[in-house]
Amino acid sequence: MNQKLSIAPEVFTYMEKVTGADGVEVIVNLPKEKIEKINDICHSFDNDPRELINVLHETQHTFGYLPAEVQDVIAHNLTLPVAHVYGVVTFYSFFTMIPKGEHPISVCTGTACYVRGAEKVLDEFRKELDIKVGETTPDGRFSINCLRCVGACGLAPVVLVGEKVYGRVSPDGVKSILEEYKK
Amino acid sequence: MSQYKMHVLVCAGTGCHSSESNLVYEMLRDEVERKGLGREVQIISTGCFGFCEKGPIVKILPDNTFYTQVKPSDAREIVDEHVIKGRSVHRLLYTDPETMEHVLDSKHMGFYKKQLRIALRNCGTIDPENIDESIARNAYQALGRVLTEYSPQDTIEIIKRSGLRGRGGAGFPTGLKWEIAGRNEADQKYVVCNADEGDPGAFMDRSILEGDPHSVLEAMAICGYCIGATKGLVYIRAEYPLAIRRLKTAIAQARDYGLLGENILGTSFSFDVSMKYGAGAFVCGEETALIHSMEGKRGEPSNKPPFPAQSGYLGKPTNVNNVETLANVPVIILKGADWFSAIGTEKSKGTKVFALAGKINNVGLIEVPMGITLREIIYEIGGGIKNGKKFKAVQTGGPSGGCLTEEHLDTPIDYESLTAAGSMMGSGGMIVLDEDDCMVSVAKFFLGFTVEESCGKCAPCRIGNKRLHETLTKITEGKGTQEDIEKLRNLGSVIKDTSLCGLGQTSPNPVLSTLDNFMDEYLEHVHEKKCRSGQCRSLLYYVISADDCIGCMACKRVCPTHAISGEKKEVHVINQEICIKCGACMEKCQFDAISLLNDYPRVAVAINN
Repeated sequence: MNQKLSIAPEVFTYMEKVTGADGVEVIVNLPKEKIEKINDICHSFDNDPRELINVLHETQHTFGYLPAEVQDVIAHNLTLPVAHVYGVVTFYSFFTMIPKGEHPISVCTGTACYVRGAEKVLDEFRKELDIKVGETTPDGRFSINCLRCVGACGLAPVVLVGEKVYGRVSPDGVKSILEEYKK
Repeated sequence: MSQYKMHVLVCAGTGCHSSESNLVYEMLRDEVERKGLGREVQIISTGCFGFCEKGPIVKILPDNTFYTQVKPSDAREIVDEHVIKGRSVHRLLYTDPETMEHVLDSKHMGFYKKQLRIALRNCGTIDPENIDESIARNAYQALGRVLTEYSPQDTIEIIKRSGLRGRGGAGFPTGLKWEIAGRNEADQKYVVCNADEGDPGAFMDRSILEGDPHSVLEAMAICGYCIGATKGLVYIRAEYPLAIRRLKTAIAQARDYGLLGENILGTSFSFDVSMKYGAGAFVCGEETALIHSMEGKRGEPSNKPPFPAQSGYLGKPTNVNNVETLANVPVIILKGADWFSAIGTEKSKGTKVFALAGKINNVGLIEVPMGITLREIIYEIGGGIKNGKKFKAVQTGGPSGGCLTEEHLDTPIDYESLTAAGSMMGSGGMIVLDEDDCMVSVAKFFLGFTVEESCGKCAPCRIGNKRLHETLTKITEGKGTQEDIEKLRNLGSVIKDTSLCGLGQTSPNPVLSTLDNFMDEYLEHVHEKKCRSGQCRSLLYYVISADDCIGCMACKRVCPTHAISGEKKEVHVINQEICIKCGACMEKCQFDAISLLNDYPRVAVAINN
């Protein structure tokens, strides 16, 4: 079983050899500290493949997102095929392979927010930032995502910027929310 | 609790928390300390009161004064006036919208009058992070009684006789479920609490976990005793950080008190609970999908049988119950099966928690006896439709439920009656729609949700729902035909009949129920190219008023598709066939001569042609 990645080495800044719990050696495009961090996370869950989702939660919490290289390291620690890890990452909407912006904007598109005009608010964010849902602005400052119901339906429509909740947002109010973070 | 003369309860549920109730709590605490009242007045942050519309909520005991929309800056006045001088702060009291009078006692508020809180009994009453307060409200008493006085079979009998049915949606009898799991022999069994509340607009499970976590843990232990399991797992959404935190605290405290762990209450029964996190997949509410997700796999459902009671988590017999179902269990044990079965209708016993949202005055979480009518919920508890608009429909059962209309307003609500009306109980989401909502768009919205959340395992759900969504989009864009309407109905019933799991079997409900109840709106979209509520953008038309247009050519110059014709100082006309509805003309016009109408301007088109 030789799973060496067949990508030209000179493309990458970092090249590290990783030996997973399965004893397979792979070359991954990640700095050593990151690999060690991922190994630590996996070990804290006893490298148990059933804990994959918890491992992914923890890893995303640490790095902000789950790029292919990170999944590679996790797969080897938990003795799972990379395809399995990739399958799980792409299945669940909570996991992302694209780094989010410095100020991630989440527009609630649950039913209560929808009937109170969330779609128009979302359109306004898209227009103002000129990006699509799931994308990050080129300067890395903002990203837009939809989420389904934060349960603050009394405040509908609801927008989250990072952890901060904005209630009863109207399309006209979008600019002033963004202004708060542009300074 | 007794040494304090007064208790100030501050709601710390997610809704109120989002409007800075944590600051209200801190300000009140500091103010009380500053006035030297720290030993007499206790400030408690509680779970959800349910009245989210008017949050943050502050309730003062013993007199039951109910303050709404409290800001951090109001803390000083509440302490000075109410706590010290005993006068209520009138401007913060709830105003009855009918009599326009302030309501002092929350018992007299329309929102609470018709409610019967069993599952939510402790939400908004206790500090969920303090186990002693739960114990003072009888927590773990039922567990104690079961372990020392009843056999597992006795206990299952009580639950069976009570008539309790699953509150997660399907309504399967809980006692029977336990009995089946109990009968299967295995070296290890599992009790799973399904807290993967994925229905947008439903947040009862979260509120229970945030406001009264011990009731759920106690019920899981009781279930463990009945079916012979020693391990419990809570599968909870990662999107609920507050609920996760409170549950973790509760588990740790229960372990400290010997209410979870080895030899509970000195008996030979051992039971412990750990947590598993969801990662944002609606389908994981389905029990087989949930079990796969707990095993670290994609949350795809599998064929039943085998049922989880036979082969569930790690291939062992597993009993999966919803949070709200579990929260009912301890009360049933303490008060008896007869007490519980006396509430509700013939086949649906007890109460149901609904999350009331949408175009309604009192958005919030309510718990009502089964058999109550929609009219009572919407007009008496919910306070009627927002801004005096006309009621159009109420969508129950989440994304896979259906829309009920005015004619269903007086039907008593239970599992059977909702299904008969083309909807379902679901987890209890209740979204009220008014005359401004387009029913075709609403159906499209729900289908958009199912398309995104379909796991993709079976073709009817994966492909069928996508086609339904495309057809609905076509209709809302004004490109629909009569044939499309027929197609929606046929395809919808095929998807229902052939899908693998509950998600696909119910996902066409929003389409089918709106076809049944709002066919006229579909026909208008298709034949008249008209959306009566003005929600479908493609069916709105920019029209220049002949009276106001001075013929300045400004709109004509700005139109990207050259859809506007007319010479200088002549009235301009928009060719609807070319117009792409960008709105640039309306923005440019200085004379307010351009308006947006939802009726196809046939005359204007005739002139153009």
